[in-house]
Parts: sequence; structure tokens; C-alpha cells
Amino acid sequence: MKPAPFDYYAPTSLSEALDKLTELGYSGKVLAGGQSLIPAMNFRMARPTALVDLGKVKELSYIKPTADGGMAIGTMTRDSVVEEDLLVSERFPILVKTIKHIAHKQIRNRGTFGGAIAHADPAAQLPAAALLLDANLKVLSKAGERWVKAVDFFIGPFMTVLEPEELLAEVVLPPLAPRTGASYQQVSRQKGGYAQAAVISTVTLDGADRVKEARVALFSVGEYPLLASKPNQVLAGQVPTAEAIEEIAAYVAKNECDPGTDIHGTEEYRRNLVHVLVRRALTEAVQQAKK
Amino acid sequence: MTESTISKSFKRNEDPRLLTGNGNYIDDIDFPGMLHVAIKRSDYAHARIKKIDTEEAKKIPGVVAVYTAEDLGDYWRPGPLQVPPPTAIKGSVFHARPLECIAKHKIRFSGEPVAVVVAESRYIAEDALDFIYLDVEPLQYVGELEKTLDPDAPLIHEDLESNLAADVVQEVGSWEKAAAEADVVIKKRIVTNHVAGAALENRGLIAVWDDNFKILNVWATTQGPIPMRNSIARYLGLMENQIRLMNPDIGGGFGPKIMSSQIDDVVVPWIAMKLKKPIKWVEDRRENFLGTTSERDQVHYAEIALKNDGTILGVKDVFYHNTGAYNPYGMTIPLNTQTHVISIYNIPNYYTQIKMVFTNQMVVTPVRGAGRSHGIFVMERLLDFAAKELGMDPVELRRKNILPPEKLPFRTGVIGQDFVENVLDSGNYPLALEKTVDAIEYEKFKKEIQPKLRAEGKNKGIGVIMFTEGTAVGPYEGAKVMVGVTGKVNIVCAYSNQGQGHYTTLAQIAANQLGVDIKDISVVIGDTGQWQWGVGAFASRGITLVGTAVHQASVKVREKALELASKLLNTPKDELEVADGVVRVADVPEHFISLGELAMRANPTRGTVEEGMEPGLEAASYYGPPHGATGYGCLGLILDIDPETAKVKIERLVITDDCGTNINPMIVDGQIHGGLQMGIGEAFYENLVYDDYGQLVTASFMDYLFPQATDMPEKFEIKHLVTPSPLNPLGIKGIGEAGAICVPACFMQALEDAFEGMDLDITQSFMGPSKLFHYVQKAKGA
Ligand SMILES: Cc1cc2nc3c(=O)[nH]c(=O)nc-3n(C[C@H](O)[C@H](O)[C@H](O)COP(=O)(O)OP(=O)(O)OC[C@H]3O[C@@H](n4cnc5c(N)ncnc54)[C@H](O)[C@@H]3O)c2cc1C
Repeated sequence: MKPAPFDYYAPTSLSEALDKLTELGYSGKVLAGGQSLIPAMNFRMARPTALVDLGKVKELSYIKPTADGGMAIGTMTRDSVVEEDLLVSERFPILVKTIKHIAHKQIRNRGTFGGAIAHADPAAQLPAAALLLDANLKVLSKAGERWVKAVDFFIGPFMTVLEPEELLAEVVLPPLAPRTGASYQQVSRQKGGYAQAAVISTVTLDGADRVKEARVALFSVGEYPLLASKPNQVLAGQVPTAEAIEEIAAYVAKNECDPGTDIHGTEEYRRNLVHVLVRRALTEAVQQAKK
Repeated sequence: MTESTISKSFKRNEDPRLLTGNGNYIDDIDFPGMLHVAIKRSDYAHARIKKIDTEEAKKIPGVVAVYTAEDLGDYWRPGPLQVPPPTAIKGSVFHARPLECIAKHKIRFSGEPVAVVVAESRYIAEDALDFIYLDVEPLQYVGELEKTLDPDAPLIHEDLESNLAADVVQEVGSWEKAAAEADVVIKKRIVTNHVAGAALENRGLIAVWDDNFKILNVWATTQGPIPMRNSIARYLGLMENQIRLMNPDIGGGFGPKIMSSQIDDVVVPWIAMKLKKPIKWVEDRRENFLGTTSERDQVHYAEIALKNDGTILGVKDVFYHNTGAYNPYGMTIPLNTQTHVISIYNIPNYYTQIKMVFTNQMVVTPVRGAGRSHGIFVMERLLDFAAKELGMDPVELRRKNILPPEKLPFRTGVIGQDFVENVLDSGNYPLALEKTVDAIEYEKFKKEIQPKLRAEGKNKGIGVIMFTEGTAVGPYEGAKVMVGVTGKVNIVCAYSNQGQGHYTTLAQIAANQLGVDIKDISVVIGDTGQWQWGVGAFASRGITLVGTAVHQASVKVREKALELASKLLNTPKDELEVADGVVRVADVPEHFISLGELAMRANPTRGTVEEGMEPGLEAASYYGPPHGATGYGCLGLILDIDPETAKVKIERLVITDDCGTNINPMIVDGQIHGGLQMGIGEAFYENLVYDDYGQLVTASFMDYLFPQATDMPEKFEIKHLVTPSPLNPLGIKGIGEAGAICVPACFMQALEDAFEGMDLDITQSFMGPSKLFHYVQKAKGA
């Protein structure tokens, strides 16, 4: 389990990194925290001919509040730094909760916030969180910058709209509306292990406890993280009831996800999990919103 | 007399070194000019080899050599059987098909070695693997145990008539009679699960040939240094003492590291001698999964015959045992299964038949538990099914059939893995049951707590099962104890240590005789240059066999010290005491001579000595028991199940164990903890899966899930009984496997108990959440 030969570059500035990526084109690959890429290379499932290590590009590592009450997070910020950031936990407690479910501390100390999103593992937490929180992704290349919404970013398992010469530079999270509750639900075989099914949701209530918006992101049950449409269709403008939530959960499990059968679980079992977890997630998010 | 050092929880002598990162593991060893080996393993599960083309691989810069079976010439030959079959069982059949170091004519499992690359680095060696081309005729994969013996099943070893590897029947009393007299007979098909040994550190071997002195130095992670050295000597035509085989620190063993006569110890030393270069092979995780041994899958057709009052009249068990593509380890595992079905129960009539079969899967050799857990699982499940059928409480049914202490020692009439009749030597089985039942508050849970929980819609279940642990089998182990001129003590043996704590426990045993601080006692384990005799670490036998040898040797050394001191101090022996590193006159403690001084005097450099004198404050001793010592225990579990997600939480785990004298109770508890973790793994996490073409789907820790520390229950509640074994002077029995043996049976009982009014009818030792979900759906009639 040693990687195939590759060239290695460690630029110290963003512009140098972008130059290198343009120069290398399809033969280049960004190395961030290495927690997914290095194992894949050791298994020789990934055989990049050159790595561009962003580890020394300091300007990609930061957490900044945005004026509207959201946050901007530089791609190279380590998961554990985001997890421990006070302002993040104040503005996006659900994000902190989500990050805590990524593997174990040792991995979060190395793995990067943007790296996980760029990696687009269908079983990963952060792509789903980006989708749920309607993140805006800043994509840079030597040619310039473009912004992509999370909902448009993921196009398949481990596939995104990023071009080889581009990198993900920043993740911007718009603020959560007042009276927004959230919930994180997952079932995995081991603690810190990848989920067999998982759900993150936010529910925003108005002054009369009617739903303004209900968002439900599912992951590990499809080719990329999914934003279910049924919850908002049913709940928007309504006072959420247990019956409505149950109906949504059953519908989403049946129609809005695509878990397959693998060695750890059958499709039927995993759809059942989606059903249970969507119900639990919406129920908890509503309760939180009322607090 | 000074205080005893036995039955005390000394902190481990080895820990400061290991915990500060000063361990020396196989991969830490490096030599200038060392070359690295990578093994080309077959992707085919079953195929005939036509040609293996290594030309392109040889051309890669940095590649030094590539060898196939052809290149080994006459050196290639199938290895010896590591464990022969017993001769004591009449009418038994065993077709020996030992391992081939590299496949020559045929590939018999996916992962089997077909070539080796030697290169300047492991990276280059792995690069070259891609350029070795196999031209083969693929053959049909044989995997399903019950179909291996079908007349049209492809033959794995074509010189045999079928894929039957062994057929062994043992009978005590008459099952026929029991079945005829019974009120109820229950028959079930019971399956035990295929799991890996998966030590944290994989296997590895380094060989360095000294061409000047004609000495081969080998470092290996083997659990059996002497057998591996002997196998190498035989292959290479060397005298035993031309090979010095050493264990570095080893990161876990669990059984699979016992194997020798495999590609590593057959081919790597051969390359080292041929190229006259240090050669290193360190297995990676993928290879460990694919090519190293694993265990546990059996299919049992088991029957139990009882009276209506719950009295067991007999048990019949006919089972298929998967041995994989070869059977180098003889019948150890299925024999253990045969002896452990009896467990601690009074079973007057017992019929048991092994059908060991070849499959196109990795070779099966013992993994912690080694056949025992399977036997226990079968018996305990049968009892649970019987309890249900008879409308009896499962604990009550067990109470009724337990062998009482006055029946011990109890001869079971069944030949075990040590080729002699299995004897339950000592213990108090009913007490272990009652202690556990009390501690877990079984009655209260069933009568008060559970009804309330059920009313609240909660699914919590309780299970209580009994088990035996056959340990400490022969043939023998030996050790040498020596007092040095510094007064410090050294113990040498050729056992093997993978974390069992021998650096501490063996020191405790010697300290007890020699009155030396255990920190002043060093232990050398697994260095054939320092000690020539022994067998290896398996069957939970280390502390009993090596420990007893150390005890006996220490008694001799003590005697020698007293004799000599008696002369030097002019005091009769019985007025002397050995304590605090000196021999002194008990009443006049200032009148003493230090052990170091005695060691000097015991090795005179001038003058004359008495006839028969043996120099040095040193003695060796050997110990071999007539048969194994049987530990036993009782496990209780309370499980809390989320019925919607089928996630299971262990709310309470109470275990009562009796392994005789605990040399170091803390280390005993540690063995129980680790064993339980493996047992929990087997019940709920671990599962080796082959697909329909014989490809191992679970060849990494991404897919093969084991319980991590974070998945463990918060607490293991451990109770001890101490019934010293009559078989050895210290009264020790092994404890290495107890935890790994007992969990699945108890887990399934508790699961069934958690779903009131449903008959889950669990007949498998693995019940991951998805499986449990489907069992519940089925029981609901959904
Ligand atoms: C034992 C273990 C358990 C794990 N468990 C989980 C888990 O439960 N949940 C989970 O979500 N993850 C888990 N992970 C993965 C971990 O979270 C990874 O860190 C993360 O998925 C990728 O982040 P990284 O910074 O390590 O990226 P890398 O491994 O360095 O890169 C991953 C991929 O993304 C690309 N990439 C990275 N950054 C950028 C960028 N800025 N622009 C463009 N492309 C980029 C790389 O080229 C590469 O293809 C686990 C990892 C391990 C080793």
C-alpha cells in the first residue's frame, strides 16, 4: 500500500498555486489535508501524476464573520479549527455538531473544511452541510474567480463542477434566519464511521409557529448529498404536526433518496433509516426553533 | 518470609518503554543496503496457471529480482503440516494439503502468492507488481460450505476424490438412545461467522545472511519462534543454531501470526542467502486481509434431546468446517469445537461429526477463540431454543444441567486439540452462574424492570450464558532463570509476546522465589539464540506453561542459592531466608550475602569444584501438562435496542471468570477486556465477505468493521472466582480467549429477549443492524 510515483509541489502563495495548477492541467491534483487523497493513493485507486500541496498557502486558512451575520471560511481551515471556533458555534451551532461526527479528532486535525467539500464524498458530512446551509463557494483559477452555489456544485460521486486548473478557495455561509432550529441525525456502524444514512435539517418558524422554511439534507443515501423538496412543500406556511412530519418522512424515504444495498445494509433497511431519521430531524428542528 | 508477588496487580514492566515510543517493531528495523519484497497475489480465486510473465517487471529501475515458483527450482515444495491430526480418534479421515509458499500449478484462493519482487524500496517493488502478467485458465469458485461436497463441485485439490479435508466422528454414550427416550428433540441449522484476526501490526520478516560466519539472522513477528526457525532450517538445510530467529516487539497476534512455512519464512530467507543482502518483507493491511489466515465459519446441524423437565439427554452436532484452500493447521479448530459444545454441562450422550472442507478462500487457522466460541455458540443457542420450547426460563434450564463441583474433574470422553481426552479439571460452575445472575439482578430485571420498560415501548433484553475456555495445552514450554553478578535476574524463553504482559508476570513468578524486585528481573522472549526449546503462543497457554517452567527453574535457583549461602554463612539452610536481593540469616538479618555475590561465587574461576556441580546461579526447567486446564465463566448482558434503527447498545456487561490463580489480576482483566471487544465485534461488527466469484469484499478497515474503543460499553463488570487448577503448582489456567468466546451466544439471547412476543429465532453468530432489522421484520410477519 504505497502510492505510485508522483511529482510534488508545495507553493507558498495562492497565485503560485494557481499558476502550478494551470501549468499541470489534468495531471495536477490539489492536496489539502490528505485524509482522503492519501489513502486513495496508497490503495492505488488514485494515481495523480503531480500533487499541488496547499499546506503552505497560509492565505487559504481563516474564519471570518461576514457583515450580514454569516461566515466565510477559507478552504484550508482544518475541521477541528472550525469545530472549536466560538463565532461559528454561536452563528452555526448545527455546523459544529455536524463536524463532530466526522471521523475522530486526529482526522479532523488534518482534514480541511474546503477539502471535504471539494472531495464530494456522497457519505461525507460537510458537502451535505454546505447544501443545507445554502453555501456559496468561491472558485479560483489563474483566469479569475467564479461563485457556485452548493446546490449546483455536486454532480456525482466524488464529482464537482471544479475544473482541473481550479481550486475551491472559500466557503461562504449566509446567516441563519431568527427562530431557526436544527438537527443532526445519523446511523453509522461505528462511532466516527461513515453513515449508513444521515440527515441534517433546519426549520425556521414565524411568530405564530408556522414554518417559514424547512430544509432537509440527506447524505450517504445517494450519489451526492440531496436536498429533499417534500418537507418545504408540505410544511411551508403550516404549523408542523407530527402527522405531517411522519408523512414527509415516509415520502422522502420512498421517493427522494437512492440508497443501494451494500455489505453493511440492504436498501430496505437504509430507506427505513431515512424514514426514521427525517422524522427525528424535523421533530427536533421544530422543537429547537421554538426555544 | 517476604510478601508474595503472586496475585498482585503490579504495573507492567514493559509499559514505560512501549508508551514512550521506544518499542522496536519489525518495521523499525533497518539495515544498510536492505532490499524490500512485495508479493504479487492472485486476483483469481481458482485458476490453473499457464504462464507468469515477469520480464517487464524486471526491467523497472530499482527492481533487483523477480521470482516465481519456477524460479525456486527444487527449493519449491509444499510446506510441512504445522499441526498433524491426532491419531487417537478411530476411523478419522484427514487429507493433508499443506501450504504452498508460492502457487506453482494452480491458484486456490484470491490473494495466494504467485510471485515476489525484490527491489530497492517497497515503493518500487509495488510498482513492479503491476507489470507481472498472469496467463491462467480460470476455474469455477467453490465457496459455499454445504455445496463443497456436491458431486459436481469443482475439485480444489484434483488428486482428491472430493473437497473433503477431514471427517471425524466422536461419540459418547448413544445419541440414538437419547433421541428415542427424549420428550423433545430440537434441530437447528446454526452458522458461525467468518472473522479476521486483524492485529494492529501486520506480519513481517527480515532475513540477513552473514556469509562470513554462515549465520542467518531473522526477525519475525511470529507467535512460534522455534517452529518457524525449525521450518527455515529444514528448508535451507541449515543446523538450528545457524539460525537466530528473534521476535521484535509485536503489535498483537490473535492467532494468525502462529503460521510458518509460508511465503515469508520460506522465500525471504532464501532470497537473503541468494542475494547476500538484508531482505525485508512487511505485510500491508490489504495483504493481511487477503492472504493471512482467518477463521470461524462453520455450519452446524445441531440437535438437542431433553426431558420435559429440562434434563438434557443428548446432543448431536454434525458440522461443516471451512479450512480454506489448504489445511496446514490440522484439526485444532474443529476439535476445539467438539470439546466446547459440552461446555460445563452434563450431556450423557453426545454425537459429534466434523466435515472439514476445502474452499477457494484464504487458509483457516486459529484466531483467538479458535473453535471454542463456535461450540459454545451452538450449545447455548440449543439451550435457548429448548427453553423456549419447554416454556422454561433460560437460566433455570442451565441450572438444571450444570455439572456440580463434586463431579470434577470430569472426563468428557472427547479427544481435544491436544490429542488427549478433554478433562474439565476444576471449578465451581453453579457458583459462577449465581454470581453473575445476582450481579446483573436477573430476577429483578425480568420481573420488575422489563415489564415496565415494555409498557413504555422500550426494547431491552437480558441474556445469561455459560462457557468454558480450554487453555494451557501441551506439549511443553521451557525457560531458564539466571541470577547475574549484579544480583539482577534474567529469564529467557522462546515463547512469544504480543502484548500479554509476560515481562511482568514471568518476573512476578521468579521474584516470588528469589526475593528480587520485579523491576530487577528482565525477560527475554522469543530469541532462539538465547533459548532453544519451546512451541509458541497459542491456546492461552503462555502463563501456565512458561510460567510454571519459570516457577520450577526459580525454585531450583533458590535452592542453589541457599545451598551456597549455607556454606558461606555457616548456617543451616532452614535458618536462611531469601529476600531483598540477599540470602540472610532469618534471625540475624545483618548476617547476609547478596545474590550477586553468590552468583560470582557460583562460577569459580580457579580451584576445584565438587563432583556434579553445575556452575552459575542458573537453572532451566520444562513443563508439559497431561492435558489442558479448563477455565470457565458466565456472561450476562443487558442490551438496549432502538427498534427503529436496529442499533444496539450494551447497557450492562457482567462477566464472572475463573482462570485459577491470577498472577496479575490487572493483566487478567486486560485480557478479558480485549477478548470481550473481539466477542462484541464478532456479534455485531465484524464480517468477512466473499462475493460470488471468491473476491474478498472486505479487504480494508473501510469495509471490515471492528468495534473501536469508542464503541465499547462504558464499563465491564468483572467478577472473579479463583479455583486453582490441580494440574500445575501455581494453579494457573489461561485467560486469553474467554472474552472472545462468550459474547455472541449471550448477545443473541438478549436480542431475542428484547423483542417480546416475537420469535426472532437467531441462528447466526453475527447480527449487524441491517440483519437484525430484517429478522425483526420477518418475525413481525412484515
Ligand atoms: C479514518 C478516516 C475516517 C474518515 N471518516 C470520515 C467521516 O466520517 N466523514 C467524512 O466526511 N469524512 C471522513 N474522512 C475524510 C476526511 O474528512 C477528509 O479529510 C475529507 O474528506 C477530505 O479533506 P482533506 O482536506 O483531507 O482533503 P484531501 O484528502 O487532501 O483531498 C481530497 C480531494 O479533494 C481535492 N481537494 C481538496 N481541497 C481542494 C480544493 N481546495 N480545491 C479543489 N480540490 C480540492 C483533492 O484534490 C482530492 O481529490 C475520514 C478520513 C479518514 C482517514
